[in-house]
Amino acid sequence: MNLEKLIAINELCKLYNVEISFFHSLNESGLIEILTLDEVHYLHQDKIYDVEKIIRIHLDLEINVEGIDVIINLLKKIDELQDELDSVKNRLSIYEH
Amino acid sequence: MAFIDYYKIMELDKSASEADIKKAYRKLARKYHPDLNPNNAESERKFKELNEANEVLSDPENRKKYDKYGNDWKHADQFEKQGSQSHSQQRTAQDYSQGDFSGGDYSDFFESMFGGSSRNAGGRAGNTKFRGQDLSAELKLDLKEVYETHKRTLTVNGKNIRLTIPAGVKNNQTIKISGHGAPGVNGGPNGDLNIKFIIENNTQFKLDNDNLYQTVDLDLYKAILGGELTVDTFDGKVKLNIKAETQNGTKVKLKGKGFPIYKKEGEFGDLFITFQIKTPTNLTDKEKELFTELSNLRAS
Repeated sequence: MNLEKLIAINELCKLYNVEISFFHSLNESGLIEILTLDEVHYLHQDKIYDVEKIIRIHLDLEINVEGIDVIINLLKKIDELQDELDSVKNRLSIYEH
Repeated sequence: MAFIDYYKIMELDKSASEADIKKAYRKLARKYHPDLNPNNAESERKFKELNEANEVLSDPENRKKYDKYGNDWKHADQFEKQGSQSHSQQRTAQDYSQGDFSGGDYSDFFESMFGGSSRNAGGRAGNTKFRGQDLSAELKLDLKEVYETHKRTLTVNGKNIRLTIPAGVKNNQTIKISGHGAPGVNGGPNGDLNIKFIIENNTQFKLDNDNLYQTVDLDLYKAILGGELTVDTFDGKVKLNIKAETQNGTKVKLKGKGFPIYKKEGEFGDLFITFQIKTPTNLTDKEKELFTELSNLRAS
Protein backbone atom coordinates (compact mmCIF):
# COMPACT_ATOMS: atom_id res chain seq x y z
CA MET A 1 0.00 0.00 0.00
CA ASN A 2 1.42 3.36 -1.04
CA LEU A 3 1.25 5.51 2.10
CA GLU A 4 1.90 8.66 0.09
CA LYS A 5 -1.56 8.37 -1.39
CA LEU A 6 -3.26 7.94 1.99
CA ILE A 7 -4.32 10.68 4.35
CA ALA A 8 -4.75 9.99 8.06
CA ILE A 9 -8.33 10.44 9.21
CA ASN A 10 -7.08 12.32 12.30
CA GLU A 11 -5.53 14.91 10.03
CA LEU A 12 -8.75 15.24 8.09
CA CYS A 13 -10.72 15.75 11.30
CA LYS A 14 -8.46 18.67 12.23
CA LEU A 15 -8.54 20.04 8.72
CA TYR A 16 -12.29 19.98 8.31
CA ASN A 17 -13.18 20.45 11.96
CA VAL A 18 -15.37 17.36 12.16
CA GLU A 19 -15.49 14.54 14.70
CA ILE A 20 -13.81 11.24 13.92
CA SER A 21 -17.16 9.55 14.58
CA PHE A 22 -18.48 11.33 11.51
CA PHE A 23 -15.90 9.56 9.32
CA HIS A 24 -16.72 6.23 10.95
CA SER A 25 -20.43 6.79 10.29
CA LEU A 26 -19.63 7.52 6.64
CA ASN A 27 -17.56 4.34 6.51
CA GLU A 28 -20.36 2.27 8.08
CA SER A 29 -22.89 3.62 5.60
CA GLY A 30 -20.57 2.78 2.70
CA LEU A 31 -20.12 6.41 1.63
CA ILE A 32 -16.36 6.21 2.14
CA GLU A 33 -13.86 3.43 2.67
CA ILE A 34 -11.53 3.80 5.63
CA LEU A 35 -8.29 1.85 5.35
CA THR A 36 -6.48 0.74 8.50
CA LEU A 37 -2.71 0.25 8.60
CA ASP A 38 -0.87 -0.29 11.89
CA GLU A 39 -4.02 0.78 13.74
CA VAL A 40 -4.07 4.13 11.94
CA HIS A 41 -7.13 4.97 9.89
CA TYR A 42 -6.64 6.45 6.45
CA LEU A 43 -8.58 7.68 3.48
CA HIS A 44 -7.27 7.45 -0.07
CA GLN A 45 -6.45 10.87 -1.51
CA ASP A 46 -8.61 10.22 -4.58
CA LYS A 47 -11.66 10.25 -2.29
CA ILE A 48 -11.00 13.77 -0.96
CA TYR A 49 -13.29 15.39 -3.52
CA ASP A 50 -16.19 13.13 -2.44
CA VAL A 51 -15.48 13.65 1.23
CA GLU A 52 -15.37 17.43 0.88
CA LYS A 53 -18.71 17.38 -0.88
CA ILE A 54 -20.14 15.25 1.94
CA ILE A 55 -18.72 17.60 4.59
CA ARG A 56 -20.14 20.67 2.82
CA ILE A 57 -23.57 19.07 2.66
CA HIS A 58 -23.28 18.03 6.31
CA LEU A 59 -22.09 21.37 7.65
CA ASP A 60 -23.84 23.82 5.36
CA LEU A 61 -27.19 22.08 5.37
CA GLU A 62 -27.08 20.19 8.69
CA ILE A 63 -27.89 16.90 7.01
CA ASN A 64 -27.06 13.65 8.78
CA VAL A 65 -25.25 10.68 7.28
CA GLU A 66 -28.46 8.88 6.26
CA GLY A 67 -29.68 12.02 4.47
CA ILE A 68 -26.31 12.45 2.75
CA ASP A 69 -26.47 8.84 1.57
CA VAL A 70 -29.87 9.49 -0.02
CA ILE A 71 -28.65 12.75 -1.61
CA ILE A 72 -25.48 11.18 -3.05
CA ASN A 73 -27.50 8.32 -4.53
CA LEU A 74 -30.03 10.71 -6.06
CA LEU A 75 -27.25 12.91 -7.47
CA LYS A 76 -25.73 9.82 -9.09
CA LYS A 77 -29.09 8.96 -10.62
CA ILE A 78 -29.52 12.54 -11.89
CA ASP A 79 -26.07 12.31 -13.44
CA GLU A 80 -26.90 9.05 -15.18
CA LEU A 81 -30.24 10.41 -16.40
CA GLN A 82 -28.51 13.55 -17.67
CA ASP A 83 -26.08 11.41 -19.68
CA GLU A 84 -28.97 9.40 -21.06
CA LEU A 85 -30.90 12.57 -21.90
CA ASP A 86 -27.88 14.01 -23.74
CA SER A 87 -27.51 10.80 -25.71
CA VAL A 88 -31.22 10.70 -26.60
CA LYS A 89 -31.16 14.41 -27.57
CA ASN A 90 -28.21 13.75 -29.85
CA ARG A 91 -30.09 10.90 -31.54
CA LEU A 92 -33.27 12.95 -31.82
CA SER A 93 -31.41 15.77 -33.52
CA ILE A 94 -30.60 13.36 -36.36
CA TYR A 95 -34.28 13.16 -37.25
CA GLU A 96 -35.05 16.83 -36.64
CA HIS A 97 -32.66 18.19 -39.25
CA MET B 1 -24.03 50.10 -7.09
CA ALA B 2 -27.60 48.88 -6.71
CA PHE B 3 -29.26 48.43 -3.36
CA ILE B 4 -29.74 44.75 -2.59
CA ASP B 5 -32.80 43.75 -0.64
CA TYR B 6 -31.48 41.00 1.61
CA TYR B 7 -34.92 40.42 3.09
CA LYS B 8 -36.31 39.75 -0.36
CA ILE B 9 -33.48 37.34 -1.13
CA MET B 10 -34.27 35.41 2.05
CA GLU B 11 -38.01 35.68 1.39
CA LEU B 12 -38.54 37.42 4.72
CA ASP B 13 -40.11 40.64 5.90
CA LYS B 14 -38.35 43.16 8.06
CA SER B 15 -39.97 41.94 11.25
CA ALA B 16 -38.40 38.47 10.88
CA SER B 17 -36.96 37.03 14.09
CA GLU B 18 -33.50 35.46 14.37
CA ALA B 19 -35.18 32.06 14.29
CA ASP B 20 -37.05 33.02 11.11
CA ILE B 21 -33.78 34.05 9.46
CA LYS B 22 -32.08 30.81 10.43
CA LYS B 23 -35.03 28.79 9.19
CA ALA B 24 -35.18 30.71 5.90
CA TYR B 25 -31.45 30.28 5.37
CA ARG B 26 -31.62 26.52 5.94
CA LYS B 27 -34.62 26.17 3.66
CA LEU B 28 -33.14 28.16 0.78
CA ALA B 29 -29.62 26.73 1.22
CA ARG B 30 -31.09 23.26 0.74
CA LYS B 31 -32.74 24.49 -2.42
CA TYR B 32 -29.78 26.30 -3.99
CA HIS B 33 -26.69 24.58 -2.55
CA PRO B 34 -24.24 24.08 -5.47
CA ASP B 35 -23.50 20.50 -4.46
CA LEU B 36 -27.18 19.70 -4.93
CA ASN B 37 -27.37 21.66 -8.19
CA PRO B 38 -24.25 20.71 -10.12
CA ASN B 39 -23.46 22.79 -13.22
CA ASN B 40 -26.28 25.19 -12.45
CA ALA B 41 -24.94 28.75 -12.58
CA GLU B 42 -28.29 30.23 -11.54
CA SER B 43 -28.38 28.18 -8.32
CA GLU B 44 -24.78 29.08 -7.61
CA ARG B 45 -25.56 32.78 -7.97
CA LYS B 46 -28.61 32.49 -5.73
CA PHE B 47 -26.63 30.58 -3.11
CA LYS B 48 -24.00 33.31 -3.04
CA GLU B 49 -26.69 35.97 -2.70
CA LEU B 50 -28.30 33.93 0.06
CA ASN B 51 -25.01 33.64 1.96
CA GLU B 52 -24.42 37.34 1.64
CA ALA B 53 -27.92 38.12 2.89
CA ASN B 54 -27.48 35.66 5.76
CA GLU B 55 -24.10 37.16 6.70
CA VAL B 56 -25.83 40.45 7.26
CA LEU B 57 -29.21 39.52 8.64
CA SER B 58 -28.05 36.76 11.00
CA ASP B 59 -25.66 39.17 12.71
CA PRO B 60 -27.72 41.55 14.91
CA GLU B 61 -25.15 44.34 14.62
CA ASN B 62 -24.89 44.12 10.84
CA ARG B 63 -28.63 43.77 10.52
CA LYS B 64 -29.12 46.94 12.55
CA LYS B 65 -26.76 48.82 10.24
CA TYR B 66 -28.41 47.42 7.19
CA ASP B 67 -31.91 48.25 8.46
CA LYS B 68 -30.78 51.78 9.25
CA TYR B 69 -28.82 52.66 6.13
CA GLY B 70 -29.70 49.96 3.63
CA ASN B 71 -32.40 51.85 1.79
CA ASP B 72 -30.59 55.13 1.95
CA TRP B 73 -27.01 54.11 1.53
CA LYS B 74 -26.11 57.32 -0.24
CA HIS B 75 -25.28 58.68 3.20
CA ALA B 76 -21.75 57.66 2.36
CA ASP B 77 -20.06 59.66 5.10
CA GLN B 78 -21.94 57.90 7.81
CA PHE B 79 -21.33 54.58 6.13
CA GLU B 80 -17.62 55.14 5.89
CA LYS B 81 -17.46 55.94 9.59
CA GLN B 82 -19.44 52.87 10.50
CA GLY B 83 -17.69 50.77 7.88
CA SER B 84 -14.19 51.51 9.08
CA GLN B 85 -15.18 50.62 12.65
CA SER B 86 -16.77 47.36 11.68
CA HIS B 87 -13.90 46.54 9.35
CA SER B 88 -11.37 46.62 12.19
CA GLN B 89 -13.62 44.34 14.22
CA GLN B 90 -13.95 41.94 11.34
CA ARG B 91 -10.21 41.56 11.00
CA THR B 92 -10.18 39.82 14.38
CA ALA B 93 -12.70 37.34 13.10
CA GLN B 94 -10.60 36.07 10.22
CA ASP B 95 -10.29 32.65 11.83
CA TYR B 96 -13.59 31.80 10.29
CA SER B 97 -12.87 30.34 6.95
CA GLN B 98 -14.80 30.97 3.82
CA GLY B 99 -16.02 27.62 2.73
CA ASP B 100 -16.07 26.40 -0.78
CA PHE B 101 -19.21 28.17 -1.80
CA SER B 102 -20.05 30.57 0.98
CA GLY B 103 -17.05 32.83 0.60
CA GLY B 104 -15.93 35.21 -2.07
CA ASP B 105 -17.91 37.07 -4.68
CA TYR B 106 -19.59 39.47 -2.33
CA SER B 107 -21.50 42.20 -4.07
CA ASP B 108 -20.12 45.73 -4.25
CA PHE B 109 -23.04 46.73 -2.09
CA PHE B 110 -21.94 44.30 0.63
CA GLU B 111 -18.30 45.38 0.40
CA SER B 112 -19.28 49.04 0.70
CA MET B 113 -21.30 48.41 3.83
CA PHE B 114 -19.40 45.72 5.63
CA GLY B 115 -15.96 45.61 4.06
CA GLY B 116 -15.84 41.85 3.61
CA SER B 117 -16.93 38.57 5.07
CA SER B 118 -17.35 38.90 8.81
CA ARG B 119 -18.05 35.28 9.50
CA ASN B 120 -18.96 32.16 7.72
CA ALA B 121 -22.58 31.73 6.86
CA GLY B 122 -22.42 27.99 6.59
CA GLY B 123 -21.14 27.62 10.11
CA ARG B 124 -17.73 26.15 9.25
CA ALA B 125 -15.03 27.28 11.58
CA GLY B 126 -11.26 27.07 11.91
CA ASN B 127 -8.58 27.41 9.27
CA THR B 128 -10.23 24.71 7.27
CA LYS B 129 -8.66 23.96 3.92
CA PHE B 130 -11.23 23.48 1.23
CA ARG B 131 -10.86 22.58 -2.36
CA GLY B 132 -11.79 25.41 -4.70
CA GLN B 133 -15.09 25.50 -6.46
CA ASP B 134 -15.50 23.64 -9.73
CA LEU B 135 -16.12 25.95 -12.65
CA SER B 136 -18.17 25.19 -15.72
CA ALA B 137 -17.78 26.52 -19.23
CA GLU B 138 -19.30 25.76 -22.60
CA LEU B 139 -17.33 25.49 -25.80
CA LYS B 140 -19.07 25.58 -29.18
CA LEU B 141 -17.35 23.67 -31.94
CA ASP B 142 -18.23 22.70 -35.46
CA LEU B 143 -18.45 18.98 -36.24
CA LYS B 144 -15.61 19.42 -38.72
CA GLU B 145 -13.38 20.76 -35.95
CA VAL B 146 -13.73 17.64 -33.84
CA TYR B 147 -12.94 15.28 -36.69
CA GLU B 148 -9.28 15.58 -35.73
CA THR B 149 -7.55 15.98 -32.38
CA HIS B 150 -6.47 19.57 -32.04
CA LYS B 151 -5.22 22.06 -29.51
CA ARG B 152 -7.04 25.22 -28.57
CA THR B 153 -6.38 28.02 -26.13
CA LEU B 154 -9.32 29.02 -23.98
CA THR B 155 -9.58 32.03 -21.72
CA VAL B 156 -11.42 31.17 -18.52
CA ASN B 157 -11.66 33.84 -15.82
CA GLY B 158 -8.81 35.75 -17.42
CA LYS B 159 -6.53 32.71 -17.49
CA ASN B 160 -5.36 31.10 -20.72
CA ILE B 161 -5.69 27.35 -20.79
CA ARG B 162 -4.13 25.27 -23.56
CA LEU B 163 -6.48 22.41 -24.15
CA THR B 164 -6.19 19.30 -26.31
CA ILE B 165 -9.57 18.46 -27.77
CA PRO B 166 -9.64 14.77 -28.67
CA ALA B 167 -11.18 13.78 -32.00
CA GLY B 168 -14.66 12.35 -31.73
CA VAL B 169 -15.76 14.33 -28.69
CA LYS B 170 -19.56 14.22 -28.49
CA ASN B 171 -22.20 16.92 -28.32
CA ASN B 172 -22.95 17.77 -24.65
CA GLN B 173 -19.94 15.75 -23.49
CA THR B 174 -18.14 17.28 -20.52
CA ILE B 175 -14.40 17.10 -20.03
CA LYS B 176 -12.89 17.76 -16.62
CA ILE B 177 -9.62 19.68 -16.41
CA SER B 178 -8.19 19.12 -12.97
CA GLY B 179 -6.93 22.08 -11.00
CA HIS B 180 -8.21 24.79 -13.32
CA GLY B 181 -11.27 25.70 -11.26
CA ALA B 182 -11.50 28.32 -8.53
CA PRO B 183 -8.55 28.59 -6.13
CA GLY B 184 -8.72 26.56 -2.93
CA VAL B 185 -9.55 28.16 0.40
CA ASN B 186 -6.85 28.47 3.06
CA GLY B 187 -4.32 26.66 0.88
CA GLY B 188 -6.69 23.92 -0.26
CA PRO B 189 -6.30 22.58 -3.80
CA ASN B 190 -7.88 24.30 -6.77
CA GLY B 191 -11.21 23.08 -8.07
CA ASP B 192 -11.68 21.60 -11.53
CA LEU B 193 -12.84 23.14 -14.75
CA ASN B 194 -15.66 21.29 -16.49
CA ILE B 195 -15.93 22.09 -20.17
CA LYS B 196 -19.12 21.09 -21.93
CA PHE B 197 -18.81 20.74 -25.68
CA ILE B 198 -21.63 21.95 -27.88
CA ILE B 199 -21.05 20.44 -31.31
CA GLU B 200 -22.88 22.02 -34.21
CA ASN B 201 -23.34 19.92 -37.30
CA ASN B 202 -23.43 22.03 -40.46
CA THR B 203 -22.50 19.19 -42.78
CA GLN B 204 -24.64 17.03 -45.04
CA PHE B 205 -23.85 14.08 -42.77
CA LYS B 206 -25.93 12.92 -39.87
CA LEU B 207 -24.01 11.60 -36.89
CA ASP B 208 -25.24 8.84 -34.60
CA ASN B 209 -22.63 7.78 -32.06
CA ASP B 210 -19.60 7.20 -34.30
CA ASN B 211 -21.46 6.40 -37.49
CA LEU B 212 -22.21 8.89 -40.21
CA TYR B 213 -25.27 8.77 -42.46
CA GLN B 214 -25.82 10.39 -45.81
CA THR B 215 -28.47 10.23 -48.52
CA VAL B 216 -27.11 10.40 -52.06
CA ASP B 217 -29.04 11.04 -55.26
CA LEU B 218 -28.70 8.32 -57.90
CA ASP B 219 -29.95 8.85 -61.41
CA LEU B 220 -32.44 6.37 -62.78
CA TYR B 221 -30.22 5.09 -65.58
CA LYS B 222 -27.27 4.36 -63.28
CA ALA B 223 -29.64 2.68 -60.83
CA ILE B 224 -30.97 0.41 -63.57
CA LEU B 225 -27.82 -0.22 -65.57
CA GLY B 226 -25.17 0.10 -62.85
CA GLY B 227 -21.96 2.10 -63.05
CA GLU B 228 -19.68 4.26 -60.98
CA LEU B 229 -20.63 7.08 -58.64
CA THR B 230 -18.33 9.46 -56.74
CA VAL B 231 -19.63 10.34 -53.29
CA ASP B 232 -18.41 12.66 -50.53
CA THR B 233 -17.13 11.20 -47.29
CA PHE B 234 -16.08 13.29 -44.29
CA ASP B 235 -12.45 13.33 -45.37
CA GLY B 236 -12.68 13.27 -49.15
CA LYS B 237 -14.37 11.58 -52.07
CA VAL B 238 -14.68 7.88 -52.86
CA LYS B 239 -15.77 6.10 -56.00
CA LEU B 240 -18.54 3.53 -55.58
CA ASN B 241 -19.55 0.74 -57.89
CA ILE B 242 -23.31 0.83 -58.33
CA LYS B 243 -24.85 -2.55 -58.99
CA ALA B 244 -27.31 -2.85 -61.86
CA GLU B 245 -30.97 -2.75 -60.76
CA THR B 246 -30.23 -0.90 -57.52
CA GLN B 247 -33.47 -0.17 -55.69
CA ASN B 248 -34.51 3.15 -54.19
CA GLY B 249 -33.50 3.33 -50.52
CA THR B 250 -30.67 0.81 -50.87
CA LYS B 251 -28.05 1.33 -48.15
CA VAL B 252 -24.34 0.70 -48.45
CA LYS B 253 -21.84 0.71 -45.63
CA LEU B 254 -18.39 2.20 -46.05
CA LYS B 255 -16.45 0.64 -43.23
CA GLY B 256 -14.16 2.98 -41.30
CA LYS B 257 -15.38 6.07 -43.15
CA GLY B 258 -17.44 7.32 -40.23
CA PHE B 259 -16.48 9.59 -37.35
CA PRO B 260 -13.37 9.07 -35.20
CA ILE B 261 -14.03 7.07 -32.04
CA TYR B 262 -13.33 9.18 -28.95
CA LYS B 263 -9.93 8.44 -27.43
CA LYS B 264 -9.35 5.47 -29.74
CA GLU B 265 -6.73 6.72 -32.10
CA GLY B 266 -7.04 5.48 -35.65
CA GLU B 267 -10.46 3.89 -35.06
CA PHE B 268 -13.49 5.17 -36.91
CA GLY B 269 -17.18 4.41 -37.17
CA ASP B 270 -18.81 3.59 -40.50
CA LEU B 271 -20.46 5.71 -43.17
CA PHE B 272 -23.90 4.57 -44.31
CA ILE B 273 -25.07 5.81 -47.69
CA THR B 274 -28.69 5.60 -48.73
CA PHE B 275 -29.44 5.89 -52.44
CA GLN B 276 -32.35 8.03 -53.48
CA ILE B 277 -33.22 7.40 -57.09
CA LYS B 278 -34.03 10.52 -59.07
CA THR B 279 -36.41 10.02 -61.94
CA PRO B 280 -35.85 12.24 -64.96
CA THR B 281 -38.13 15.24 -65.54
CA ASN B 282 -38.98 17.35 -68.60
CA LEU B 283 -38.93 14.33 -70.85
CA THR B 284 -38.65 14.88 -74.56
CA ASP B 285 -41.10 13.25 -76.95
CA LYS B 286 -38.45 10.76 -77.93
CA GLU B 287 -37.77 9.85 -74.30
CA LYS B 288 -41.49 9.44 -73.63
CA GLU B 289 -41.73 7.20 -76.66
CA LEU B 290 -38.85 5.02 -75.43
CA PHE B 291 -40.24 4.79 -71.90
CA THR B 292 -43.61 3.77 -73.34
CA GLU B 293 -41.85 1.12 -75.37
CA LEU B 294 -40.08 -0.12 -72.23
CA SER B 295 -43.34 -0.14 -70.35
CA ASN B 296 -45.01 -2.16 -73.07
CA LEU B 297 -42.10 -4.61 -73.01
CA ARG B 298 -42.53 -5.15 -69.24
CA ALA B 299 -46.30 -5.58 -69.67
CA SER B 300 -46.11 -8.19 -72.41
